[in-house]
Amino acid sequence: MAKVLVVTSGKGGVGKTTSTASIGAALAQNGQKVAVIDFDVGLRNLDLVLGAERRVVFDLINVVQGVAKLPQALIRDKRLENLWLLPASQTRDKDALTEEGVGRVITEMRNNFDWILCDSPAGIERGAMLSMRFADEAVIVTNPEVSSVRDSDRIIGMLDSKTVKAEKGEPVEKHILITRFDSARAARGEMLSIEDVLEILAIPLLGIIPESQDVLRASNVGSPVTLNSPASAPARAYSDASKRLLGQTIPMTVPSERKGLMSLLRGRRAA
Amino acid sequence: MSLFRFFASRPAPATAPVARERLQILLAHERSELGKQPDLLLQLREEILAVVSRHVALDPDKVIVKMERGKHVSTLEVDVELPNGFERKLAVAS
Repeated sequence: MAKVLVVTSGKGGVGKTTSTASIGAALAQNGQKVAVIDFDVGLRNLDLVLGAERRVVFDLINVVQGVAKLPQALIRDKRLENLWLLPASQTRDKDALTEEGVGRVITEMRNNFDWILCDSPAGIERGAMLSMRFADEAVIVTNPEVSSVRDSDRIIGMLDSKTVKAEKGEPVEKHILITRFDSARAARGEMLSIEDVLEILAIPLLGIIPESQDVLRASNVGSPVTLNSPASAPARAYSDASKRLLGQTIPMTVPSERKGLMSLLRGRRAA
Repeated sequence: MSLFRFFASRPAPATAPVARERLQILLAHERSELGKQPDLLLQLREEILAVVSRHVALDPDKVIVKMERGKHVSTLEVDVELPNGFERKLAVAS
């Protein structure tokens, strides 16, 4: 039975799609059977980041409307046999996504995967609400910057009230993923620190992804960074974050920056 | 000249503490305004108002229910303003 994990943020451009692709790939590299679903109807990009843009035939809305069967729409990754993509529709009306339809697709997928990662669109409209609706867990992608932190706070409130789990009185397990972190700038007091973000949002930390050129290079060629340059700092950070999702205890570090700055934060996740 | 160089090379002041403080103030406000569970808060307010009004006549606008989220615990703050002289009415009633 799969775990349904929504990757969300409220704000756009913080790294939801990159993080979905990278965590999805890293989980698959760890032997998990993973499906990633793009909920950004009209502005799909997960296909592009995963290098599958020319293989899209059917999409999520086709499946919701019964035009195509789920196995016809799922695209298997060419490099990772455990990774599958269900793309968003690029042309159709956003209202074509219904709660009942999305629920049906996710229920069908739950039996066939270990993880279902839902890549939320930005904002708090229909697509974003439906991407979190059936989630068991949530990764809230946050940049150490005021507008991103504020929007994350708003999304946390919605995860606690608008999901099926929340309505049943069960908590959605929430994790913060800080992306585009620059430890040198944070040390100089130019950027919110990890401690600042965690204290304000009061959610456990899943990982710290450093600002890095490797992320852009990977999306340029359509390959998740954990595959494209596995030894790079962001790839190691995503890989560690994925292992934490699998329940492993990995010391919290900013990869490439192994000099004690993060020693303070060790064990923070346990709190 | 050396004085000029002293000022020119001075590092920019740290702005992260300002960001942190602004966020803390803003979010404290937004959380209480939106309420993490608006329906629950509304319901609590209605029920508290009903119970208290059975014994004391009060202005419905003077019942304030707030929820604050903390790291380990959240707090529910109930603020009921009673009109002066309500004790006398209670004594008469009993």
